[in-house]
Amino acid sequence: MAHDSTYGVNDFGLKIATVNGTGSASANGLLLQALFRMGIPVSGKNVFPSNIQGLPTWYEIRVNADGYTARSPDFHLVVAMNPESYARDIEEVASGGWILYDSSRELSDQFKRDDVTFVGVPFADLCVGRFDGSRTRILMKNITYVGALAALLDIDMDIVKGMLREKFAKKQHLMDANFIAIELGYDYVKEHFDCPLPIRLETMDETKDCVIITGNAAAALGCVYAGATVGAWYPITPATSVMDGFTEYCNRFRIDPETGKKNYCIIQAEDELAAAGMVIGAGWMGARAFTPTSGPGISLMSEFIGFAYYAEVPSVFFDIQRTGPSTGMPTRTQQGDLMLCAYASHGDTKHIVLFPADPKECFEFAVAAFDLAERFQTPTFFLSDLDIGMNDWLIPKLEWDDSFVPDRGKVLSAEDLEQADQFYRYLDVDGDHIAARTLPGVHPKGSYFTRGSGHDKYGRYTENSDAYIEVVDRIRKKIESAADAVPAPEIHSVEGGSRLGLVSIGGCHWAVLEARDHLIRDGVQVDYMRVRGFPFNETVEQFLDEHDLVVVVEQNRDAQLKKLLLLETRCAKEKLVSVTDYGGQPLSKGNVLEGVVPYLEMLAVEVP
Amino acid sequence: MSYIKKPSARHPKLPKNDLGLTVRDYEGSMSTLCAGCGHDSITAALVQTFFELQVEPHRVAKLSGIGCSSKTPAYFLSESHGLNAVHGRMPAIAAGANAANRDLLYIGISGDGDSLSIGLGQFCHAIRRNVNMLYVLENNGVYGLTKGQFSASADIGTTSKRGEVNEQRPIDPVSLALSLGATFVARSFSGDKAQLVPILKAGLAHSGFAFIDVLSPCVTFNDHKGSTKSYAYTRDNMHEVIATDFVPLRAEIKTDYSDGSVQAVTMHDGSVVKLRKVTEGYDPTDRRRVLDYLGETSARGEIATGLLYLEEAGADMHGFEGTVDQPLVDVPYEVLCPGSAALEELQNEWR
Repeated sequence: MAHDSTYGVNDFGLKIATVNGTGSASANGLLLQALFRMGIPVSGKNVFPSNIQGLPTWYEIRVNADGYTARSPDFHLVVAMNPESYARDIEEVASGGWILYDSSRELSDQFKRDDVTFVGVPFADLCVGRFDGSRTRILMKNITYVGALAALLDIDMDIVKGMLREKFAKKQHLMDANFIAIELGYDYVKEHFDCPLPIRLETMDETKDCVIITGNAAAALGCVYAGATVGAWYPITPATSVMDGFTEYCNRFRIDPETGKKNYCIIQAEDELAAAGMVIGAGWMGARAFTPTSGPGISLMSEFIGFAYYAEVPSVFFDIQRTGPSTGMPTRTQQGDLMLCAYASHGDTKHIVLFPADPKECFEFAVAAFDLAERFQTPTFFLSDLDIGMNDWLIPKLEWDDSFVPDRGKVLSAEDLEQADQFYRYLDVDGDHIAARTLPGVHPKGSYFTRGSGHDKYGRYTENSDAYIEVVDRIRKKIESAADAVPAPEIHSVEGGSRLGLVSIGGCHWAVLEARDHLIRDGVQVDYMRVRGFPFNETVEQFLDEHDLVVVVEQNRDAQLKKLLLLETRCAKEKLVSVTDYGGQPLSKGNVLEGVVPYLEMLAVEVP
Repeated sequence: MSYIKKPSARHPKLPKNDLGLTVRDYEGSMSTLCAGCGHDSITAALVQTFFELQVEPHRVAKLSGIGCSSKTPAYFLSESHGLNAVHGRMPAIAAGANAANRDLLYIGISGDGDSLSIGLGQFCHAIRRNVNMLYVLENNGVYGLTKGQFSASADIGTTSKRGEVNEQRPIDPVSLALSLGATFVARSFSGDKAQLVPILKAGLAHSGFAFIDVLSPCVTFNDHKGSTKSYAYTRDNMHEVIATDFVPLRAEIKTDYSDGSVQAVTMHDGSVVKLRKVTEGYDPTDRRRVLDYLGETSARGEIATGLLYLEEAGADMHGFEGTVDQPLVDVPYEVLCPGSAALEELQNEWR
């Protein structure tokens, strides 16, 4: 069963191929926002090189009236602005689709296809005729293709022009140039082609309670709302924009109005090892502290992560995953750090990990990560990826409950210590496996030695087996008890339940959900669970128990989620099978269906 | 680190400071280092320093990395919070801790392995960042806990206890710190408490990264003939360039030093550091000349000691970052969270 490539009004995939460093990002952003303002569900995926200028780059826009915003399974219109990548760009258009290209230079015959329609617009010539200076011409060429698309797709020009007015309100000369460029493209297409194309837009009312935002910006905002004050980091793609966002929102919300000074401290560290140390130092003092990084950073931080685990220092690690191993493909997405984060560092360790699926959960889980880290006094991981972190997502507006009180965990105050006979750092007095901590500088009775070397429950150095075991066993139980505190899985069940279950994680969610709808429409009954936190809680076990065959869909080669489920639940090995996608692109419905359908035969599910 | 608790009995007539604390209140647990270890003398100097400065022990945070040197925070200030980090990574912990709570006194104890090999990068960047802390490098030229390997501070031609000769150039932490722009650079000797205590006091009063390289002989692995870090060699070759007197905030300054033989520097907290020039023409505020001077003395095989360089006016990490004066850990959550109305307004820009 191959998926069908349908398209039509408010339902198509658009791909724009340009050269990076030429200003196409702002043109593409303008386009996405215009569609959003027309009330139509959209999403934007940026496929970019690890490079500053001169290499091929793509921007994919999916328009879908039903609200499916996973990566478009097909592209019906390709804007080919980069001759370097013509071959693959033209090949990628679905049969019956359209190619908008720069006809200033004649298209070589080798690229011609007879099952698609070529729409040639002399973008370069149009811009040379109207603008001076090569940089301006290059920049304006991008706006010209937005104008051409406005004509081809019936984009509301009033909205586009309104946006240009907002954007360039204080730069009249730029506004004028952009207006000229937009009309150049629009008028040329109107004059030379039948407009609009069958894939066109119609105004809807589906986005009024939504926003468009990246996961990294939302995560950064979550850090601000959680009350984080110390952020330490080392620049790395695709995590850098988390700290950019934190800086921006802190500048906006955290400047002391009287002194102009900062109610936060951001330290750009010398490397990820130091960034982890800074987070732990700040956590030791009682600040909410975090570091954004990617897989290579987690590898480097692992020594300190083990320290924070054993010494029980709250700390939050944002891993915006990219394609590994090693340097891998820094600008491509993957879910390859599941195992790494679950058990980071040498010796027996296990960590709390959260798996957001979109920017809304990035905001919410960022806040939750700090609560969990402080409640359980342990490193807590927020495992996002490049797709969630850096792409433009349509999400329901973020909400904030002003009655929220951060969970600081068991921290003894000066008054508590004054009244206490004695304080022992690692003594579990109430049986919940969490020992109270004290903060430096608060009270003389609270002092203790924080160490990564062997210690007993009183916080003293030890090389005694029993005393060592007592502490590490308590820590194990403490982390296990976090299973009930991490976000519960999201479960979608068909009426009466199915023998077949799908399981996925993180940003796979939207493609899996869309594929499941497709299967159900085709009469295949299938349940679905998205795991949202680790350690796995009982609901995860139950879902696995209740299904005869469970297909785990994830974006890494080695089926890390499946392995983690086998390690950490009672599920039988034969029951779990895998669909893995690890080429570095965001997941689409097509990838899921191709992977899942062969398993349907195992269950003898009839496939129409 | 291993430790033995000290008996708490104390003499009733021990002198008390203004806080009502005796010198015993500034001690820690019993040292388990080798008898005669230079590090224990430094510990004693620290105890005296904190006692005389009348510091509240719980307002001090003491940190270390890994190694013999890094055991020593357990041996002073038992009422202070301590943190024994991973090897070579104490400076990062100190920077993060200081970022969160700028009101505590930070003291980091490290060694030549911890700071000059595995932790060289962090050491350098703590200097660049000018983290407000006292950083004591207990320098003995060997790895003690792993039984006598050369460290990066071992001089060329030094022989190990087993007879191997070191051929590699040493890293001199003092010249390194100076070249990186450190604002307080000193060298002393664990066997010279009279010199060390005023430097420690000045270091604690300094606003910024106060670095003290303390030659601290390893009696077990590096106190033999052929070592340039032995007690005998250090005593014979150390040469005090400048003598330090520390005048706490409350004390009256009586001496007149208008003759130019003494330079007085007022520290951030109002205390005064008086630098008496033992070597004529030495200027502890001229970084380039200090570096030249150190090069010349080192070529002669001399170990220049004293508070070699001091610059009090520079910004520390918080100055660079522009953080509020209040420790971040004390800023109430209500101030930190922008609330729902701000979120609504912000999101209008995402449409």
